[in-house]
Amino acid sequence: MNAHQNNNLIEIKNLKMYFPITKGLLRRKVGDVKAVDDISFDIKQNETLGLVGESGCGKTTTGRCILRLYQPTSGSIVFNGTDISSIPEKQVRPLRRHMGAIFQDPYGSLNPRQSARTIAGMPLIVHHMIDKKDLDDKVAELFNLVGLDSSMMDRVPHEFSGGQRQRLGIARALACNPSLIVCDEPISALDVSIQAQIINLLEKLQKSLGLTYLFIAHDLSVVQHISDRVAVMYLGRIVEIANSKELYQSPLHPYTKALLSAVPVPNPVRERERVRIVLKGEVPSPAHPPTGCHFHPRCSIASAECEEFIPPLNTISGTHQVSCLKV
Amino acid sequence: MSVLLDVKNLRTHFHTHRGLVKAVDGVSFHINEKEIVGLVGESGCGKSVSMLSVMQLIAIPPGKIVSGSAMFDGHDLLKYKPKGDEMRAIRGAKIAMIFQEPMTSLNPVLTIARQVTETLELHLKMDTQTARKRAVELLKLVGIPEAESRLDNYPHQFSGGMRQRVMIAIALSCNPKILIADEPTTAVDVTTQAQLLELMQEMVNRFNTSLVIVTHNLGVVARYADRIYVMYAGRIVESGLSEDIFLRPLHPYTIGLLKSVPQLGQTKSDRELVPISGLPPNLIDMPQNCAFLPRCSYHKERCRLEPWPELHAVGAQHYVSCYVDTRETS
Ligand SMILES: Nc1ncnc2c1ncn2[C@@H]1O[C@H](COP(=O)(O)OP(=O)(O)OP(=O)(O)O)[C@@H](O)[C@H]1O
Ligand SMILES: Nc1ncnc2c1ncn2[C@@H]1O[C@H](COP(=O)(O)OP(=O)(O)OP(=O)(O)O)[C@@H](O)[C@H]1O
Ligand SMILES: [Mg+2]
Ligand SMILES: [Mg+2]
Repeated sequence: MNAHQNNNLIEIKNLKMYFPITKGLLRRKVGDVKAVDDISFDIKQNETLGLVGESGCGKTTTGRCILRLYQPTSGSIVFNGTDISSIPEKQVRPLRRHMGAIFQDPYGSLNPRQSARTIAGMPLIVHHMIDKKDLDDKVAELFNLVGLDSSMMDRVPHEFSGGQRQRLGIARALACNPSLIVCDEPISALDVSIQAQIINLLEKLQKSLGLTYLFIAHDLSVVQHISDRVAVMYLGRIVEIANSKELYQSPLHPYTKALLSAVPVPNPVRERERVRIVLKGEVPSPAHPPTGCHFHPRCSIASAECEEFIPPLNTISGTHQVSCLKV
Repeated sequence: MSVLLDVKNLRTHFHTHRGLVKAVDGVSFHINEKEIVGLVGESGCGKSVSMLSVMQLIAIPPGKIVSGSAMFDGHDLLKYKPKGDEMRAIRGAKIAMIFQEPMTSLNPVLTIARQVTETLELHLKMDTQTARKRAVELLKLVGIPEAESRLDNYPHQFSGGMRQRVMIAIALSCNPKILIADEPTTAVDVTTQAQLLELMQEMVNRFNTSLVIVTHNLGVVARYADRIYVMYAGRIVESGLSEDIFLRPLHPYTIGLLKSVPQLGQTKSDRELVPISGLPPNLIDMPQNCAFLPRCSYHKERCRLEPWPELHAVGAQHYVSCYVDTRETS
């Protein structure tokens, strides 16, 4: 498949990532955690695809598969025309410079003993993309791009505020001029008043550098704000994908509806008009997912067939797909 | 409407090796009967310390309640000895508290049954049998399935959402006048958060309890709170009815917060987020004037020269602490 024909930077087909559950001294395999269980989606050049869902539904695992930090159990991941799902690590490495990653905890993902200069410049050094003598200039340029003062280059991570650390993380992700950035909960750890600074920075960088984002978060209002399209995950599967607006205005999957209704809105008048769908029970374990549609035990419209059949991800319109037998 | 708890001019400071932290610096608030009150503000602004001070749960040292009163049932709670019998009779019984991370507030080595019955035996002097029966009822009430058979489980056998339900059951077990929920849903998912908030609302309605929801998430209080206090750097900067705060905000910080958070249903093409510039202050050795000044786009010369303004009334129940009339500027 040629990425240039359909404008897709990423094409994921039937991706599965199972983690073995082992038992005893011999670490005998007794089962699988089906963290990602047969998902398919594309991300276009210059697009932001949001990935939402509750804790443990497989968002991070999906992101790590795309970055090939995990070798998927099965399925294909086409990045810029090349299927990277099963090529050896040696061949992945040169491709990885086209991908950046930003994580939730900017502190945990930055080496506490390294200077900000080394942190931001490391990817360039690793990929032999820079002469030592040019490093300072390049890092200053990156700092400028993300709104950090270049006089801060010699500081170590704990000398930055949370928001500044996240900017440093973004600088590092941008170092090698990537085309794709996987943003995994990039603002969840930040103060409320700082979150918008980072969201706006990411939007600005996307425009000026033509970046493509996979934006992972559990906060649907943030995801919806920043994304062109949003994919909703539940227990390892994608239940619905739609345009940001369309997902809000006409959600089709019962889980999407419940999720939307649970998101608080900072407006008491709107809040009082909204009907809250309170789901019963809790998310089952991905080690023992329900049969058929994973959502059926908590679904208000499920019937016998939902226990039996895995609903396919059906296309409703050009931009809207849903996986539900009742739709 | 009668006032249940009336806190005036509360100041709680911490002496640290880096300097004096004025965590709470002149906070006044009240809780009416059967009212749901929201206390919102960013991390470190002093929300928890305010609540813990009223309950006299501040570690002394490094902390010290420097001034203030907290009138409850005709008595000033801050006059009681922190570990004395009078305070003990209030804490957990008359005023109950739920904390952010239930794993740390439930004792991991005691069964759920033990932890629920403990409060009942201590405050309501129930015998073991009666307390156990009541515990089952309470757990059923907060939606623990098969409550009877789960009574002898340990906290780690419960999910985060279920542990929080147990905390709610314990908090309500003595039929308190006030329930303070400090970030009750920060550690759980959004659908669980919705379940818990609906549950708390239902419970306080049923028991005629007042509820204080402490949170950094503005959205959470919009649905439930009758009245809201907005806190910044150890002070209340604005308070009012929910509608006042969300629809007619007046303090530059409140205005800034509302402009900076995304709203469900709006995308980047509908509305650009306007961030608040700069960083929240650290509370060490704060200047005398308004702590929001360095981040404020409305500020005038006066804000620089004069001390942090007192709250003044701008509506029936609407108060704001700012020299600038933001309605004129915008
Ligand atoms: N390396 C691993 N080994 C075994 N199980 C794993 C591993 N990584 C993730 N899992 C499991 O896979 C499931 C999906 O995890 P993942 O981290 O992808 O979820 P998530 O959607 O990112 O959740 P969160 O919102 O909490 O970050 C979880 O049940 C998790 O426990
Ligand atoms: N034991 C302590 N020693 C020193 N400083 C403290 C202590 N407890 C709290 N503080 C300081 O008091 C200030 C207010 O803290 P508090 O816990 O009330 O914040 P908060 O508004 O509840 O924040 P969060 O949303 O993160 O829970 C903070 O700056 C904190 O560092
Ligand atoms: Mg994750
Ligand atoms: Mg707190």
